[in-house]
Amino acid sequence: MWAEIVIDVVLAGGVITLAALSLVVRQVFTAIVLYISLGLMVTIIWTRLNAWDVAIAEAAIGAGLTGALLLVAWRRLHEKEDVNDVSEAGNSGNRV
Amino acid sequence: MFLKLETRETGSDVGLSTLACFLLGVVITTLSAALIIAVIVSDKAAPELASLAMQNLNTSGVENPVTAVLLNFRSYDTLLEIAVLLIVAVAVLPDQCFAGKTSLPAKRFLSRNVKHQVNPVLAGLLKWLVPLALLVGGYLLWIGAYAPGGAFQAGAVIAGAGVALSLAGQHDFTWQTTSVRITLSLGLLVFIVVAAINNLITGTTLQYPVSYAGLFILIIEVAATISIAAILLLLFVCLKAIAEPAREGDTQ
Repeated sequence: MWAEIVIDVVLAGGVITLAALSLVVRQVFTAIVLYISLGLMVTIIWTRLNAWDVAIAEAAIGAGLTGALLLVAWRRLHEKEDVNDVSEAGNSGNRV
Repeated sequence: MFLKLETRETGSDVGLSTLACFLLGVVITTLSAALIIAVIVSDKAAPELASLAMQNLNTSGVENPVTAVLLNFRSYDTLLEIAVLLIVAVAVLPDQCFAGKTSLPAKRFLSRNVKHQVNPVLAGLLKWLVPLALLVGGYLLWIGAYAPGGAFQAGAVIAGAGVALSLAGQHDFTWQTTSVRITLSLGLLVFIVVAAINNLITGTTLQYPVSYAGLFILIIEVAATISIAAILLLLFVCLKAIAEPAREGDTQ
């Protein structure tokens, strides 16, 4: 009984903390990692609510594929900055 | 370079003035508060709907109430969801983002890129992981009729296998062929065909006859799983191709 309450309080507090952090944090990469963690924690909450269908969907789509999409999009931002750096330095076309 | 990205983001040139940001915040807060109040006030309908679904479960053709609601009682919603996914796929379908990357156009959906060296541990892991993910996807699809699972979850797991292959870099995906485009739209096509056949049999579009409901739902779910997996993989692979356009070009 008490263990369940403690687990629920930790999950509820954790999900709000992760949501707030992923919005507040400055670095894009950190925000993405926090968002993926948020998805995993929401998955655990769905299992606590006995909503296994939603939990599977959240784990596979919410945490997994959305995370992968965000990371690839982050890499695209990263590459653009990289190109700008190279062209500003004046040695364009020498990038690996 | 990351510092530069960071400073650009922390700058105030987001295109909105302070007043606009404030008003936007007020609007979003009001909408969120309204939604929360709406959820608190309207707590009557949900339990009745749940018991209604459980009562009619034996007429749905499946034993899992969630699948029964998604693909029988409210299958119109699922039909439109699959249509929305197809629209997303059409929107991101690569037309030129692969042009120039491969010199000879690959005819097959999945082609092996031998030039790219892969860590043997990663290659060995993928040999186990990809078939396992396909198996889990098929299991989730099949078990969806009896227990938690279903087309969306199965499609996402299968797409995950494709994402792992794509990230390892030894395989390229081609989206230009006609067969791939049929695969992308297969879910919606089969759904509409089943609805049309159902209309011929019973006279109603999405009210399946009890004896055929299980078969119809299975056919729709198999087609939907294939399409969902292909569409989710397309989203990832196309974004990745835009993210690293110069990988092949540099070596030539």
